[in-house]
Amino acid sequence: MHSFGYRANALLTFSVMVLALMCAMASLSDNLNSPSPSANVQVLKVNRFQKSTQGNDEVSMTLNISANLQSLFTWNTKQVFVFLAAEYETPKNSLNQVSLWDGIIPSIEHAKFSIHTTNKYRFTDQGSNLRGKEYDLTLHWHVMPKTGKMFADKLVMTGFRLPEEYR
Amino acid sequence: MGRIEETMNSIKSIQIRRALSQAITLGIMLASALIVWKTLICITGSESPIVVVLTGSMEPGIKKGDILLLHMSKDPIRAGEIVVFNVEGRDIPIVHRVIKVHELQYTGEVDVLTKGDNNPVDDIGLYAHGQLWLQRHHILGRVVGFLPYFGWATIIMNEKPIIKYVLVGALGLLAVTSKD
Repeated sequence: MHSFGYRANALLTFSVMVLALMCAMASLSDNLNSPSPSANVQVLKVNRFQKSTQGNDEVSMTLNISANLQSLFTWNTKQVFVFLAAEYETPKNSLNQVSLWDGIIPSIEHAKFSIHTTNKYRFTDQGSNLRGKEYDLTLHWHVMPKTGKMFADKLVMTGFRLPEEYR
Repeated sequence: MGRIEETMNSIKSIQIRRALSQAITLGIMLASALIVWKTLICITGSESPIVVVLTGSMEPGIKKGDILLLHMSKDPIRAGEIVVFNVEGRDIPIVHRVIKVHELQYTGEVDVLTKGDNNPVDDIGLYAHGQLWLQRHHILGRVVGFLPYFGWATIIMNEKPIIKYVLVGALGLLAVTSKD
């Protein structure tokens, strides 16, 4: 019962269990945080609005995205992944979510930002339903912890509308 | 002479008994590990509830060597979720984030496009030839949590199989030589 092998085995098992327990407790501490993020998005200009060769509508737009996500960060936060999605309904699809822009916020210093950008990913429809289409711009954030449970939330901004005509 | 034979017989029977009881202990350990694994599969609803990250395509959030905990519920798949999916023709599942979702009216079937956070382009190049979207049946689970660095043991054992044999051999030696 007292050989080196048994002691090494017991030590290893115990330390792995303790490490796992510490990770779990670190993750639980994230629940104590009550975040209060804020965001604002403006569509400054629709640059291009055409039907592609495949027959799908495609939009290019310039956006201004500003947000304050500092309250999401805890000591157990490794990074916050934030993205802006255009969300709308068409006769064929009950929901379309198209990510227009995403970014990684590595630390709390970078969590308050305001950027001016064209859409990073193509705003493409399945079909050509986008003329005059009303859509929401939703800012989603996913908090990735140093260890444990990830959590996500979003802020929906309504009232956006695409042009009636191609341009 | 008779005494020596007697002693040898009694020693042999003790060793056989000991070997058998050690074999049973080993069998119990393996069986309990299997039970825990299968229970995890049941609880999380995913075929592989724990995966080890093999590439750096989701850095810096998820690094090579991290262990991901998966869960698969009937909830619809939404943009932003990190999913693990299989592509026909590839045997290793991929862990990337959903960036586009198109959900059909009434049936709820989805077309999904994914992209690794650290990749410059989306995953269309990774899908099967001619495939533009993923469907629900490609997706093994959603990532709900993770443990950093815990997966390196698996990666090392895969990349240098000799270590696997050394470990198993050492464990076997330990079990056999233990005086209990």
